Amino acid sequence: MRYNNHVNRKTNQSHNPILLTVEDLHVYFSIREGWLSRQRATVKAVNGVNLSLQQGDVFGLVGESGCGKTTLGRAIVGLSPVSHGQILLKGRSIVGLTGQDAHERARQVQLIFQDPYSSLHPRKTVCDLVGVGLKLHGLANGYEIDEQVLAMLKRVGFNIDHLYRYAHEFSGGQRQRISLARALILRPKLLILDEPTSALDVSVQAQILNLLKEIRQEFNLTFLFISHDLGVIRYMSNRIGVMYLGHLVETGATSDVFEHPQHPYTQVLLSSLPSIDPDTPSNRTLLEGDPPTPIDPPPGCPFAQRCPGVKPICREQAPELIHHGNSPDHFTACHFPHVD
Amino acid sequence: MLLKDTPVTTDKLLSVQDLRVHFHTLRGIVHALEGVSFHLNRQETLGLAGETGCGKSVTARSVLRLIDPPGRIVSGRIIFEDRDILTLDDTAVRAIRGGEISMIMQEPKMSLNPVIRVGDQVAEALLIHDTSLNRSSARTQAEEMLTQMGIPEAHRTSRRYPHELSGGMAQRIMIAMMLVTRPKLLIADEPTSALDVTIQAQILALMDKLVQDIRTSVLMITHDLGVMAETCDRVAVMYAGNIVEMGAVRSVLKDPQHPYTQGLLKTVPDKANPDHPLYAIKGNVPSLLQPQNHCRFSDRCEYAMARCSREIPPVYQMTDDHEAACFLHDGQSISSGGKQVDLMNP
Ligand SMILES: Nc1ncnc2c1ncn2[C@@H]1O[C@H](COP(=O)(O)OP(=O)(O)OP(=O)(O)O)[C@@H](O)[C@H]1O
Ligand SMILES: Nc1ncnc2c1ncn2[C@@H]1O[C@H](COP(=O)(O)OP(=O)(O)OP(=O)(O)O)[C@@H](O)[C@H]1O
Ligand SMILES: [Mg+2]
Ligand SMILES: [Mg+2]
Repeated sequence: MRYNNHVNRKTNQSHNPILLTVEDLHVYFSIREGWLSRQRATVKAVNGVNLSLQQGDVFGLVGESGCGKTTLGRAIVGLSPVSHGQILLKGRSIVGLTGQDAHERARQVQLIFQDPYSSLHPRKTVCDLVGVGLKLHGLANGYEIDEQVLAMLKRVGFNIDHLYRYAHEFSGGQRQRISLARALILRPKLLILDEPTSALDVSVQAQILNLLKEIRQEFNLTFLFISHDLGVIRYMSNRIGVMYLGHLVETGATSDVFEHPQHPYTQVLLSSLPSIDPDTPSNRTLLEGDPPTPIDPPPGCPFAQRCPGVKPICREQAPELIHHGNSPDHFTACHFPHVD
Repeated sequence: MLLKDTPVTTDKLLSVQDLRVHFHTLRGIVHALEGVSFHLNRQETLGLAGETGCGKSVTARSVLRLIDPPGRIVSGRIIFEDRDILTLDDTAVRAIRGGEISMIMQEPKMSLNPVIRVGDQVAEALLIHDTSLNRSSARTQAEEMLTQMGIPEAHRTSRRYPHELSGGMAQRIMIAMMLVTRPKLLIADEPTSALDVTIQAQILALMDKLVQDIRTSVLMITHDLGVMAETCDRVAVMYAGNIVEMGAVRSVLKDPQHPYTQGLLKTVPDKANPDHPLYAIKGNVPSLLQPQNHCRFSDRCEYAMARCSREIPPVYQMTDDHEAACFLHDGQSISSGGKQVDLMNP
């Protein structure tokens, strides 16, 4: 069973309805090959990704630096150029929207950035920062704005004294709360969280992760949660997708993927995670070499160059994301998946 | 010299005693280190853990006397073998840097020279260290080192410039450069934090092998408690300019004695039950603009008592190799800190 069919099958069942579908998404960038050269090369940052998020999902997207997580997230909010494929929100295409449609999508799908230091204008008061969207989308005016802003700020842990302070006066964790308030006040459906805690300390990270879980329930949100921290992903998500070099190589329920990883890359990734328990034996597979760049990638399986179990076919034919194993939701793109 | 043969000196390679470092900024004096004491035995890896701004890098840089204005080492002693680094003259300190003590910085690309081929940078480190060496044999040795670091096609790679390499490769070059001179002490400041986990695993395995081969002691700075658990023999946990707990890695991670360490370990989401909220330490890290006059963790601590906000807790000794600076352990013997190391100083 291919992943796309699976998506369709799902819509007909009594599961939660599908909120977001990404179909065969490709995002290419054209870059200049050397510094002086006129030759151009293609960066295949996202290279044929299928995924679907049901309402209420926290879908965790993991993978190493440069595998295309941010590019995928940005494509959903219309910030990366879609070269091919479809993105559907509640069944309606949101690729290439303009005017009023783009405006409405911008309300429904909110992106929270990694860096709480650069994503907020330092010279604006918290009240302005959080309220601006309400004005922009005509959702409230006058004193209503201040009222709603205050209510939302209270929800994320501030009080009235904070209302007229400037963003630069706040710590990283507090700024991330402000970003959240700013997104939530627009009553979005989908929140794309791009490494929302990786700039924060662990003690502060825990506060933000807890808050995220609470507001997801309260506001009936769906999350696309991007992180390279496997521990955070495991704690936050009910389903996850593992990306490698622009491809989704494995996806399934979090517990299935963590306990029965099928793709050799997922297995290596999980084994690489150092454990804080000094008594856990480290049973580690070390990879050779570095991840290849997505600039004009070779044909075949994206992981073939580093895969410990590579076979000739892997270098010729790209494996499809198909169902393996016992769990109905577990899909892997590998010619020789580990199925137990 | 005779002292070299006594057990005390063969054991301890580095001993830092009551180190205080301040930064004079526009906002006021940042009291970055408020009396940091620890020691490092030969062939041992000591981890320095703690959150952003707690003073890990400042501690590391102080050991090499690399604190530039507006920073100032206000007081303390840094005894390396039998010398106090803080009282040596500049020439002697320069000889120690890059020779007996090497430091790997957090950002590999920033610490490599962008306009020199990476092979030449490694060779250069050798030439500075051993003036009797000629250029071509230094090059050959450098390439051998790169091969040992698992760099494919070392000969070709050594002719490339830092910007042509990935982060993982650049970090390997950096490590090669720091270890090629066989230092007695390697200070590694977050050597893998900028790297992906699979690359981190490669680099840590390589470092481990090299460190064993040349019997170097390591001061390993990391905020990743997992990395710490895997690489260190002993660990010191820092909070807001103090070491709050120190001991053998197993006992600190399995049986933490300071409320901050306990909290820190509980906030790690790795093994947490997704159905329960994560444990979170309330509040934020305190400002360092006030000189310390009480326990800096007290306003976030679940167990805080009246005296915690009035007095600075001494370091209590739980076992031979486990100590914590917390009044909860009042009644235990008070550690003499690094003081007994005075023996080393003739
Ligand atoms: N505007 C752009 N022009 C050219 N290449 C780009 C552009 N944006 C991203 N890329 C490239 O696309 C690839 C994927 O980048 P992306 O930022 O999506 O990765 P990521 O998975 O988010 O990585 P990280 O974990 O480091 O944030 C990278 O090789 C990157 O260099
Ligand atoms: N050049 C400087 N000027 C002013 N303050 C400084 C300077 N360097 C360090 N500090 C201060 O000293 C304290 C300790 O900094 P340090 O760099 O040692 O932290 P760290 O533990 O290494 O943190 P990180 O995990 O972020 O690397 C911080 O509060 C920092 O703001
Ligand atoms: Mg990214
Ligand atoms: Mg640092």
